[in-house]
Amino acid sequence: MSAADTKTERVGAAKPEGWNRPPIIPSDDIEGEVLEVAMGPHHPSTHGVFRMDLALDGERVIKLKPVFGYLHRNHEQLAQNQTYLASMPYTDRLDYICSLTNNWAYALAVEKLAGQEVPERAEYLRVILAELTRVQNHASTIGFLLQEMGASGTPLMYAFREREKILDLFEGLTGSRMMCNYMRFGGCRVDASEAWLAATRKVVAGLPAFADEFERFLMTNEILMARCQGVGVLKPDLAINAGVSGPMLRGSGVNYDIRKVDHYGVYDRFKFRVPLGDHGDIYDRYMVRTLEMRESISILEQALKDLPGGPIMDPKAKIRNFRPKAGEAYGRIEAPKGELGFYLISDGGPNPYRYRVRPPSLINLTVLEDMCLGANVADVVLIFGSVDIVLGEVDR
Amino acid sequence: MEETKAAIERAVPGAVVTVIPNASPSGQHSLLIGEEHAVAIGTFLRDDAELALDFLSNVTGVDYLDKEIAEKVKVTRRVPKAVDGAEPNQVQMVEETVEETRKHTQPGYLEAVYHLYSVSKKHGPVVIRQRTANRSDQVELPSLTSVWRSAEFQEREVFDLFGIVFKGHPDLRRILMWDEFKDYPMRRDYVEPDDFEYEPTAHDQVLKRAQEHEGRV
Repeated sequence: MSAADTKTERVGAAKPEGWNRPPIIPSDDIEGEVLEVAMGPHHPSTHGVFRMDLALDGERVIKLKPVFGYLHRNHEQLAQNQTYLASMPYTDRLDYICSLTNNWAYALAVEKLAGQEVPERAEYLRVILAELTRVQNHASTIGFLLQEMGASGTPLMYAFREREKILDLFEGLTGSRMMCNYMRFGGCRVDASEAWLAATRKVVAGLPAFADEFERFLMTNEILMARCQGVGVLKPDLAINAGVSGPMLRGSGVNYDIRKVDHYGVYDRFKFRVPLGDHGDIYDRYMVRTLEMRESISILEQALKDLPGGPIMDPKAKIRNFRPKAGEAYGRIEAPKGELGFYLISDGGPNPYRYRVRPPSLINLTVLEDMCLGANVADVVLIFGSVDIVLGEVDR
Repeated sequence: MEETKAAIERAVPGAVVTVIPNASPSGQHSLLIGEEHAVAIGTFLRDDAELALDFLSNVTGVDYLDKEIAEKVKVTRRVPKAVDGAEPNQVQMVEETVEETRKHTQPGYLEAVYHLYSVSKKHGPVVIRQRTANRSDQVELPSLTSVWRSAEFQEREVFDLFGIVFKGHPDLRRILMWDEFKDYPMRRDYVEPDDFEYEPTAHDQVLKRAQEHEGRV
């Protein structure tokens, strides 16, 4: 025993068996077992009611099967057993972050089915509320994405600070922060007062500063760029073929915005651009949402400036004993999460014969496995977060 | 719609296409396609340069129950009748027209409805539908997932809630209900099961309904 060894060796300590074995260096030749993991429903990133069955080779994902249904309540059957109007409050509960756009999509489908007109003021109010919804949805989505990236709390609280102001506006107009139940077939439920419009103008005037701040903190953040760029790439042809819509589709560079394509409501009167991504990765989806908030703010400013007077309900609209003629209609809007559609069949009775919700959240998840294959488990959380889903709408 | 129908019939020989009119002001008429050529028709609609319906937006099911149709038919038949002026016991055959109510059952069917849009041409919707032969044993339809990936989860949902079996679907399992579930909850004659988990000791209304189910009342 040399002198050097005696120095480091503590007196009386026995050397464990194999203490001087050479270290094991992992190499690609080593064959390990495939590990199957159920990620969720209690994983914090899965909103508590969603599960992904993963097969892992080490840290790499080799299979991913989403499992739905934890929140299924057969919304469609409920709606078929009650009158058309009685389903309006139920639509709030689909995507509970954006209840007003759900209202609009349903109202639009019924108006198509019954051939109803909507007064101009109501159309403007719908645009204002839908764009406010879009701003708060995108802000909170980015906040949640950053939360899942490990930026605990801070960006989300910045987003929620702004969301709170918008929810206060919703409460002032409709009486409820999240379950608004505001639109009716042929118009809106209550008119906006001057005081409410003044408050809205004030909130909207503050939004660009929030967008600046949010961008300054996040856009060139090193961690955000490192974690998001080149991860979860979605190719445009697959995105179209898989029916992906909304910011996910535009993040892949496909120029398809239903506000521009269908010109529903009065969207053809406003000037706005459609932001597009280039690579289809998480960062592009994040950027598309950031830029869409800017465009929404611009639409809000124009709509608040041009808001006409007049009635908010079509005088010919029938509230009681509403029975559309037999036939069917599919109406869709550009909801913050993508294409939200309602398909209705009437047999001339007071209830819809068939009522179907086309949920953007569910259909955007079709490509989740394609985006996650080969990625690390830690990236799955981010890719899933960048899809932007609400389980109330996925499971219905 | 007629143009699309003609285009399909030109491109896919032997395809059965029927226009289903829609009386609603929406004016969204649809095309009923035969199941033999469904995949070929879908591929044509997607790849045709003019139509370019590359975006399958919505897939859903519709249930139509068996219908009992009662119609009044005028029937003429010969009946024996005593005729005036003839001998008292003589009976003559006379033609008589009576109205009769005949009942017959029109078999119900399940329908799969597809709403197609074009992202490149920015037009739509084109609505296509497929029908099953009946609601009980012949409920198979060809899957269009091989043409449009977006049908993957939506056809699974139609299978889950309506019980249409899509042939050629890569992963046809229940999606919203659990795997052991037996019935199809979106069918129009669906009856809720009685063994609710939240009603461990069934009583009153629940018990009565359960007994009615089993035919014990």
